[in-house]
Amino acid sequence: MDRFSSALLERFGAERALVARDQMLAYECDGFTIHKSLPRAVVLPETTDEVQAAVRIALAHEVPFLPRGAGTCLSGGPTPTRPSLVIETARMKRVLEVDERGLWAVVQPGVVNLALTRHVEGRRLNYAPDPSSQTVCTIGGNLAENAGGPHCFKYGMTSDHVLGALVVLPDGELARLGGPAGPRAPHEPDLLGVFTGSEGTFGIATEITVRLSRDTEGLRTLLGAFASMEAACGVVTDIVARGLVPAALEILDAATIRAVEASVYRAGYPQDAAAVLLVELDGVELALDDDAAEVESIFRGHGAISIEQARDPEHRKRLWKGRKGAFGAMGRLRPDLYVLDGVVPRTRLVETLREITAIGRRHRLTLTNVFHAGDGNLHPNIAFDARDHDERARVLAAGHEILALCVAMGGSISGEHGIGSEKIDHFRLMFGEDDLDVMQRVKRAFDPRGLCNPDKVLPSRTACAESSRWPAMVARVLDAEPPAAESGP
Amino acid sequence: MSDASTPASWHANTLDCVHCGLCLEACPTYQVLGTETDSPRGRIYLMRALAEGRVTDTDAIRPHLDRCLDCRACETACPSGVRYGHVLEAVRAELRAQPPRTGRTTRSFRARLASFLLRAVVAHQGRLRWFFRFARAAELSGLRRLARALRILPADVDALVPHVPPGPARRPLPAVVPARGERRGRVALFTGCVMEQVFGEINRKTADLLAANGFDVVVPESQRCCGALLVHDGQLEPARELARRNLAAFADCEVVITNSAGCGALLRDYGHLLDTDTARAFASRCQDVTAFLARAGLRETPARFAAKVAYDAPCHLCHAQGVRTQPLELLRSVPGLELVAHPSAEDCCGSAGIYNLLQRDLASAIGRQKAKALATTGAAVVATGNPGCMMQIAASLRAEGTPLAVVHPVELLLPEPPS
Repeated sequence: MDRFSSALLERFGAERALVARDQMLAYECDGFTIHKSLPRAVVLPETTDEVQAAVRIALAHEVPFLPRGAGTCLSGGPTPTRPSLVIETARMKRVLEVDERGLWAVVQPGVVNLALTRHVEGRRLNYAPDPSSQTVCTIGGNLAENAGGPHCFKYGMTSDHVLGALVVLPDGELARLGGPAGPRAPHEPDLLGVFTGSEGTFGIATEITVRLSRDTEGLRTLLGAFASMEAACGVVTDIVARGLVPAALEILDAATIRAVEASVYRAGYPQDAAAVLLVELDGVELALDDDAAEVESIFRGHGAISIEQARDPEHRKRLWKGRKGAFGAMGRLRPDLYVLDGVVPRTRLVETLREITAIGRRHRLTLTNVFHAGDGNLHPNIAFDARDHDERARVLAAGHEILALCVAMGGSISGEHGIGSEKIDHFRLMFGEDDLDVMQRVKRAFDPRGLCNPDKVLPSRTACAESSRWPAMVARVLDAEPPAAESGP
Repeated sequence: MSDASTPASWHANTLDCVHCGLCLEACPTYQVLGTETDSPRGRIYLMRALAEGRVTDTDAIRPHLDRCLDCRACETACPSGVRYGHVLEAVRAELRAQPPRTGRTTRSFRARLASFLLRAVVAHQGRLRWFFRFARAAELSGLRRLARALRILPADVDALVPHVPPGPARRPLPAVVPARGERRGRVALFTGCVMEQVFGEINRKTADLLAANGFDVVVPESQRCCGALLVHDGQLEPARELARRNLAAFADCEVVITNSAGCGALLRDYGHLLDTDTARAFASRCQDVTAFLARAGLRETPARFAAKVAYDAPCHLCHAQGVRTQPLELLRSVPGLELVAHPSAEDCCGSAGIYNLLQRDLASAIGRQKAKALATTGAAVVATGNPGCMMQIAASLRAEGTPLAVVHPVELLLPEPPS
């Protein structure tokens, strides 16, 4: 056994240090399964000290390292690009402190998003950002990716709910950024802002101070079914234009509805609809019925086939369950799934979706849409079979065209899933060489040795020459080891 | 070997997983260990890699597959509908058939002994009866205490099976228990192996309950162990042999009632195990006693039972059989009984067949969580419909010093005895 592995085993023991090659197979990808690469080892620290120890062992052996939460990331964030040490935070799941009056909590990074809300719900508090994977994804991962979720339309992303973090920097030292009093003092640079969304490339947060929100007095959850996607998108634009601020505005298309309805997450969505729109209103009881009536009248104005309002908390939960299980339900269509993430201005949703459908058709792909309509945050899902080389190449090509389209529409290549390894080649669609240069310098300031989650987010300068050519990613994926399935049974 | 468990078939099953990870929260071992290799998603990934020939050393992944409870909570959480249990059982069988790469088995002495006992004793009702006769004698003569003192009998095994009931309680049921009052139908009772020997009284009460509610209960003498413990252990062929015998034993029975969730889950999965039309037809005739009675309706009001009761759902009832509301419905009809909220009722208790004997540390960690959760419900009694869960929960409650009584739901549903 090599000295690196022995050092890990000695410090963490066999139960918390995995070093066998075949154990690494389980860690070779996250929710973005197109990029696969074996780590060298995995450790599961339980304290800040242990994270520091893990980082120091990696540094001493010149081994790259990266943090990983629940592995539900959709852009390859916790997938190593070289044989690295994966620092898995799943055992760091203690809520360290809750201040009910100050409305904040300090948590370890492995605390599951929904577990935090469950921890405080008895006190009429919640943690607002709610990614679809909230039953399993971790606050640490949310912080790294600046995660969003359906309710971010009204309440903002993770960055709006993080007040501070204790960070193990890439050199193993500790830094405290922000705190309960706020993310930064007025005269200070916003280092916490820089750290949030850095995708594990600037260090590992081991204690995170987050804002808690007071539960609102009332909730109304409405579901409208429409005969066309245009009608559903039209409703969204109207709702926002009238000045209503729903907590969430979510659209699922026909293929997604069918997949969800076939799964354990079935929500009772009308299966003859081309799109369903889920609208949630929250606030003071007095205003809600009027708002709900207004939303219903907008539904009717756009020719809704059916309108449903959640009768009780159980019914509401069921309507939401379908939305939250939508990605996974796509596994019913084909063996693999590529969940894209792009943003366009809300007013351009219809034309963008039309174009996306055309791209899918041109590449002969199974493409469905489920998205945060209020934010214009699209999630085209491409269901495919990765064992088919040709299909996989078409998937990547379509993905690139869709992201380029989002940028052309005046949007961006990521709403909430991050860049990771997935969109590293698309980065130049949005940023010029000067931008990249500045960002590289920030990265070097945090991580001078370049060992902290390397080859993520920022494309290297040497790749400049290929900047206009798409196939870097296709080539990389296709040149990788031949899929073993063809030689397997 | 049937088609259903050839590599190609279980490989196809793994392809349904798109790696979304929604199963992680449901997995008891992931919750304790935090390792991807001990999560459903990770295990599916490892099994898929195995089928695709990407695993170089099966010994490295075997412990992770062995650690799975096969509780199937992940199936309840899976939006893609992966048949996890089928994949795991097929892979365990395949790994069992392969000699260990190192030439030396990585399985513990205890695991090998358990495999042997399952095959050689539990699968044969006659031998199992002798085994318990001996165990009872050992208990009465003080031999059991001596064995424990000398550590021949490990303390955890001793703690799990508190005592062997006296002979009359272990005697097989009569071939027919006639319906009382107006006759509503005829059902067959599956009596199980451990169920009959350790919880014989519950079998008797199940028959009584059905009879009191107007059903003739037949108890075919030629029935055998269902084979679930063998399936969990990857011994599919001996399990199939038992399944065939049970098909014959219950050939002319319209309804087969089980009161052990583990047995019920496998009986209802015989279609997959044997892959024949006869087996599929048989499987569709099997029902848990609570599902059957909730549907038929209790004719006799249960005896008054004034206590706070928590219902704990056996994994093989809620996740594997989808029986969730029926036991609750029936318990609500008991006069005086207050059903308390038990939010983690569908979490595994760590029993999982003989898992608690093979993975002691994990099982007791999972069991302790269950005991703690039960303590917070404020219940005085916990009802659960599976012998393994009853033993494991009782042992965990004792270890935590929580004084809750453990009963089978059937025990609370019996009407007042005729005066």
